[in-house]
Amino acid sequence: MQNYNLAQLELPTVMGEQFKELPDDLFIPPNALEICLESFSGPLDLLLYLIRKENIDILELDVSNITDQYLEYIELMDSLKFELAADYLVMAATLAEIKSRLMLPKESFDDEEEDPRASLIKRLQEYKRFKTISEKIAILPRVDRDFFIASAKAPKFEEPYNSEVIISKEELFSVISEVINRPNYKSSHLIDFEELSTKERIQILLDLLKKTNIISFSKTLKQPEGKKGVVVTLLASLELAKDGYIELIQNKSEELFIKSIRSI
Amino acid sequence: MNTEILNSVEALLFGSGRPMRLSEIKNTLENTGLVTELSEIKQAINNLEERYLNTSLEIQEVASGFRLQIKQKHSASLSILWNEKSPRVSKALMETISIIAYKQPVTRGDIEDIRGITVSTRIIRSLLERNWIKVSGNKDVPGRPALYVTTKDFLNDLNLKNISDLPELPEREEVEEKNLLTQAV
Repeated sequence: MQNYNLAQLELPTVMGEQFKELPDDLFIPPNALEICLESFSGPLDLLLYLIRKENIDILELDVSNITDQYLEYIELMDSLKFELAADYLVMAATLAEIKSRLMLPKESFDDEEEDPRASLIKRLQEYKRFKTISEKIAILPRVDRDFFIASAKAPKFEEPYNSEVIISKEELFSVISEVINRPNYKSSHLIDFEELSTKERIQILLDLLKKTNIISFSKTLKQPEGKKGVVVTLLASLELAKDGYIELIQNKSEELFIKSIRSI
Repeated sequence: MNTEILNSVEALLFGSGRPMRLSEIKNTLENTGLVTELSEIKQAINNLEERYLNTSLEIQEVASGFRLQIKQKHSASLSILWNEKSPRVSKALMETISIIAYKQPVTRGDIEDIRGITVSTRIIRSLLERNWIKVSGNKDVPGRPALYVTTKDFLNDLNLKNISDLPELPEREEVEEKNLLTQAV
């Protein structure tokens, strides 16, 4: 049914030598080689190609035959790891549906029901119109491909460069000294972070509590540490309270007291 | 014919490297103190065309006006000189621009209906970058898809003056449903 004609294949020439026979180890089926060489712009393009190859009119579309060929092509593309657009698969499903409907006995066609192929044929015909015209437009003379515009090149309007700039030594000196004395914005500044470690603070608090059983929070603070010192001390006390070493007591007064639990 | 006008028009066309309308030529010349009529400029262009008969140059009227070109028979040597080829245009792109040209304004969906395949963003972007198409508005349907039309540049690039200068779209073949049915089985 599929009359692939090997003689129509254009055999490639490799390093000046023409291949007379297809290599045995070529895994692409020979009848597919021809198809592969073409690139299709879509499933309708592929269908038109298959129809043209059979040398039949669109109206005489043999869906059964075309579907087989179409699926063969899709499988081949898949095996070659070509990424196929989903639209190709949609077309495969459409063809399969038409094919199955055509296989029903003729009597089962309702009088009102149209030929299952009609919609596909219409789409093919419409697509063919635009495919034909696009091929005509593609060969129309196109700028920069088939013809060129005559034009004087626009001049480069650059700032005129005057090589004979006269500069006095005083001017030169003032420029140089200005450059030398320019503040050095590039020098990097290193910002030192004062490290206050909570761990260390816990130890300090424990040492303090060894001497005295209870101490007011404010007395554990050191003036130069400022707010950060308060935060770290508070964190340290909370940590100790959580682990059950100390008790934090705040009576009616504002003052917070740290009381050692162990030593009691 | 006043050679001054003739040469001034030639200089403008040669220098601009793009199509110029008669009115633009007239206005530019007026700014240099050369007052003319549109008819005089048209006459100048006709005279230039005559002058160019035996040269490598020609004047082509395209959608955006008159343009000075190198005759097509010299393109081969220029291609060698510049050693550059204009980017190849894919089949898919040509199909897309053709559908837009004959059915404009169209949405992507309209193009996809005819081509039977998703229109890639790459193609639309490429056409927009070439300035062959532009968005003319949005279709008043859900999603408000962009409507595309061809531009003057598209016609300019193909040496055309009007959209009607494009080749004629083949007639739609009528499908007779009854005929189909008899052949169907």
